[in-house]
Amino acid sequence: MTTTFTLNGKPMSAEVPDDTPLLWVIRETANLTGTKFGCGIGMCGACTVHIEGRATRSCITPVSLVDGAAITTIEGLSADNSHPLQKAWVTCQVPQCGYCQSGQIMQAAAMLKDIPQPSDADIDGVMSGNLCRCMAYVRIRSAIKIAAVEMHGVVPPTAASAPAAPASAPEVAKHV
Amino acid sequence: MRRLARALATLLGIVVLGLVVFTMWAWRSAIEPITPPSAASFDPALVAKGEKLADAGYCLTCHTPPRGKPYAGGLPMVTAFGTIYSTNITPDAATGIGNWSQEAFTRALHEGVARDGSHLFPAFPYDHFTRVSDDDAKALYAFVMTRPAVAQTAPPNTLPFPLNVRLLQAGWKLLFFKEGRFQPVTEQSAEWNRGAYLAEGLSHCGACHTPRNALGAEKKGADAHLAGAAIDGWFAPPLTAANPAPVPWSAAELHDYLRNGGTPYHGVAAGPMSNVVRQGYALLDDADVNAVASYIASGNGSADRKADVGQIVGDALARSRYDASQGGDHGAALYTSACAACHYNPVSGPLLARPELGLKSSISAPDPTNLVQVILHGIGVKDGLPGTMMPAFGAGMSDDDVAAIATYLRKSRTTLPPWTDVPGVVARVRSGKTP
Repeated sequence: MTTTFTLNGKPMSAEVPDDTPLLWVIRETANLTGTKFGCGIGMCGACTVHIEGRATRSCITPVSLVDGAAITTIEGLSADNSHPLQKAWVTCQVPQCGYCQSGQIMQAAAMLKDIPQPSDADIDGVMSGNLCRCMAYVRIRSAIKIAAVEMHGVVPPTAASAPAAPASAPEVAKHV
Repeated sequence: MRRLARALATLLGIVVLGLVVFTMWAWRSAIEPITPPSAASFDPALVAKGEKLADAGYCLTCHTPPRGKPYAGGLPMVTAFGTIYSTNITPDAATGIGNWSQEAFTRALHEGVARDGSHLFPAFPYDHFTRVSDDDAKALYAFVMTRPAVAQTAPPNTLPFPLNVRLLQAGWKLLFFKEGRFQPVTEQSAEWNRGAYLAEGLSHCGACHTPRNALGAEKKGADAHLAGAAIDGWFAPPLTAANPAPVPWSAAELHDYLRNGGTPYHGVAAGPMSNVVRQGYALLDDADVNAVASYIASGNGSADRKADVGQIVGDALARSRYDASQGGDHGAALYTSACAACHYNPVSGPLLARPELGLKSSISAPDPTNLVQVILHGIGVKDGLPGTMMPAFGAGMSDDDVAAIATYLRKSRTTLPPWTDVPGVVARVRSGKTP
């Protein structure tokens, strides 16, 4: 079956079975190899891409589920590697082996849209599904905070935010 | 001997007479075919009105298979009795309804009888459409007769004999079908009546949300009405006070859910509900969405529930907090790696596109069917909430893994008793069987 979507802004059409993982189409059909295959079961985060701006594990996303969607990979996050996270990644010299890094950056970029000033607890909560076998987690966290400051100009809190119940119905940000 | 023969003959006579009477009563005459009217012969305003009404009934959803031509039919509907394929309702004369007159079209809606006089199967919810007004039937006719004609015949149904004998459907109708237009309830507001008209008529909410009897008819009575039912491998939750969602379904929440496909405090429309939103309520005038929301809310006790929404949401967020000490629970570990990236919410409150699982009726429902459906098969970008999708974990996770996540969520996000035989439910959902 034919699935059509945009990949990093370019229209794309894939003639593959409906249950083909999106990751295969990105790497094999579009030849964009920045997105990595890690575990193949949605448990490590290396294959994270953006679908309509939201981080998604492409290895377990059947291509039929993204028909008509706008998909962004690490190659499309910015035109010239100038996304604040990419710059912070260089500043902090985050990668060691580097295999997980495109997934880490894509996940963090999506998080900063939802949670512009993430606490340590927020970073742990959202980023725990992105594994790094080199244990670069401390530098990943630092880079996320530097990027958050550049993007939003405020130093994020360092202490874990308390899980207190809000006094009234919280304000809700809508994304659609 | 002669007496026996006479008795047999009498019995035979009664049977034959009965058959004749039944046939005479069940028989519906054909309505003369017409030459398909030109699209230009319909008033554009009437067509536009009909389009909104067709959306209110999400006619497109059943009359179009995935990636099929609009309204050209062929969607398989798997029932306990066999598979029934939806029909072509484009104005093609040979394979669609091009030679149906207004009279034939209205009769089909109101009585469940095709132009040629054959009885339709109640997979076509004429038991609801019988409430549609004559004026709205005219608008619907104008809309479908101005669609592009498509020459396409649906595959044959797989109903076994004698269920495939259409004349016998008259017996089903005798037992379970009451023809009649919607009658307004004078004590209720105009908005409520509009909502009731749509919900009980064109929108046929009860077709999925009201449980059915052994012969496939919606159960009668206030206890059964919209009380929740299994449908297409999912469970359509009760639209009554029995709904298990922690936050009450107020009219405002129902409106946002039907209009947008999800709200921060309730679930996302998925599975069979997905197109009810995408091909239905998302396209309607807001007044009609509000009317249906008001009508449903009036029957679910939400106004009487003294619920502190802030407290309920705060509790759900507190229960969802990431806790590294959860190590040792297989389900918790899987959740942390596979689910939290999207379902974690900041303390400021749940975001619409980060469904807060502790607020979802799929976690507080009596069985995990809907939760398992979503984990196994994901949600597409065109489903439920536009632009928000969920990958399909069924490809990588074993039944036991999925069951562990479901069990962990039930335990950590609710105070309800644990589900039983969760791996069994996962296996059943994976197999595609309806409970």
